[in-house]
Amino acid sequence: MAGQGASEPALFTELEVEFMAEDESINIVPNVRMDTLNMICGDYGPFRPQIPVTVPLWLGIAMKKRSKCRIQPPDWMSVERLSEVLEMEREAPREFQPLPFHYVEIAKLLLDNAREDFENNYMVQSLLEDIKDVRWDKVEKGLKNLSGRTHAVKLKNISAMEVNRMRTFTVRALQSFFKHDNDDMMKQTPTDSDSQSTPSSSDRLPRRTLRPR
Amino acid sequence: MDSGNGSEDGTPWGRGDGQGDDDDNNRDWGLKDIPNDVEVLKRVWRNEKSAPEILAYESLLVERVQEQIANMEENILAAAESLDDMMLSIFEMDVNRLMFLLRAYLRVRLSKIDKFALHVMRTADLWDRLSPQEQEYASKFVDVLSKHMHDSVLGKLEKEYESMMKQAASSEENDMIVEPNLDTYVFCRSKTALGTFQLDDKGDETVDMMPNDLYILRYRPVRNLIETDRIELV
Repeated sequence: MAGQGASEPALFTELEVEFMAEDESINIVPNVRMDTLNMICGDYGPFRPQIPVTVPLWLGIAMKKRSKCRIQPPDWMSVERLSEVLEMEREAPREFQPLPFHYVEIAKLLLDNAREDFENNYMVQSLLEDIKDVRWDKVEKGLKNLSGRTHAVKLKNISAMEVNRMRTFTVRALQSFFKHDNDDMMKQTPTDSDSQSTPSSSDRLPRRTLRPR
Repeated sequence: MDSGNGSEDGTPWGRGDGQGDDDDNNRDWGLKDIPNDVEVLKRVWRNEKSAPEILAYESLLVERVQEQIANMEENILAAAESLDDMMLSIFEMDVNRLMFLLRAYLRVRLSKIDKFALHVMRTADLWDRLSPQEQEYASKFVDVLSKHMHDSVLGKLEKEYESMMKQAASSEENDMIVEPNLDTYVFCRSKTALGTFQLDDKGDETVDMMPNDLYILRYRPVRNLIETDRIELV
């Protein structure tokens, strides 16, 4: 399978996904004075003690590492919000709750580098783990719906890490379905099960989704 | 003027350029979030990485980014004395992150050239997507490859099997040339509603692309949307 180089789906490494997440915004409360930083990636600051300011995550963490600021936990990372999300993830087995696209990486970076800025950091971490598990379970169940008739999959509110994790399997499966589907069409020999499952174009779903309704 | 940074001469820590002249990269992305070159390069890199075939080289963007890196490095050097440790390392991180992106972009293109060199060289449309440097690299790569193939295997075979392009002289097509599989699937999203989009020739298969939702679609029908910057790969 690795020999089929031409159809190998591209995969981002975990570090590359994390790199992308580091550009997400975060609010910090500096404890130093510093003028506006005019950088290639944008202008940030000015920094004044105790005045919250929005910066990219990598910058916030760099300052945090030097004890020059406190991180303001994002709203979605509060115990209340996460408990709510977890509950809703469990209640709605066919959809994903909206979370930042990079929620896994952001949470990891923040909890690794600014743990003390979170009240209940233990609780936050365990809620996040549960959310991750519930969501991944849904991804796996959704993958079972893939079939030869799948020509488009819609993934509302899926996150970067989840995409990356499901990519190889999903792409290979869809490639195979497409290939065999087309082989069939060329031979013009619809089997019984085929003619049953594709009676007319109107019966074909306009799209297959991981949460069919 | 935003000098700041403690440097007396008011070092221009600005972007240098790039703010006004990247209209080409901003089609359909809305005026309120005009991305800077870092964001554009990140998108270009992700597209390149996820697309099965090699995409058009973003020469203007790369030029701008290289210029910004050079300017910033110069500025850092000039102001190193007057900056404190933390600011210095922040500015360096800013540059390093952009350099990482640039390298990642160039590198993923090289790996595609390695993989599909013969195919790219023999397809004018693809050949034109390479930068002059990449074209030089591809030619050399194919030279070296064919010499190696000839010396190690092909040269020792019967005339009939000597070609690097064909399994045998009797093959009608060049069946030994690796081509990208355009019927693979990609994860993509659009920032704007694209309306109903047709995925096959007959119109049986359509998708209604909503802004910011993610879709897994076959690459071939959507490749033009990537070229025209209407969707991005994830």
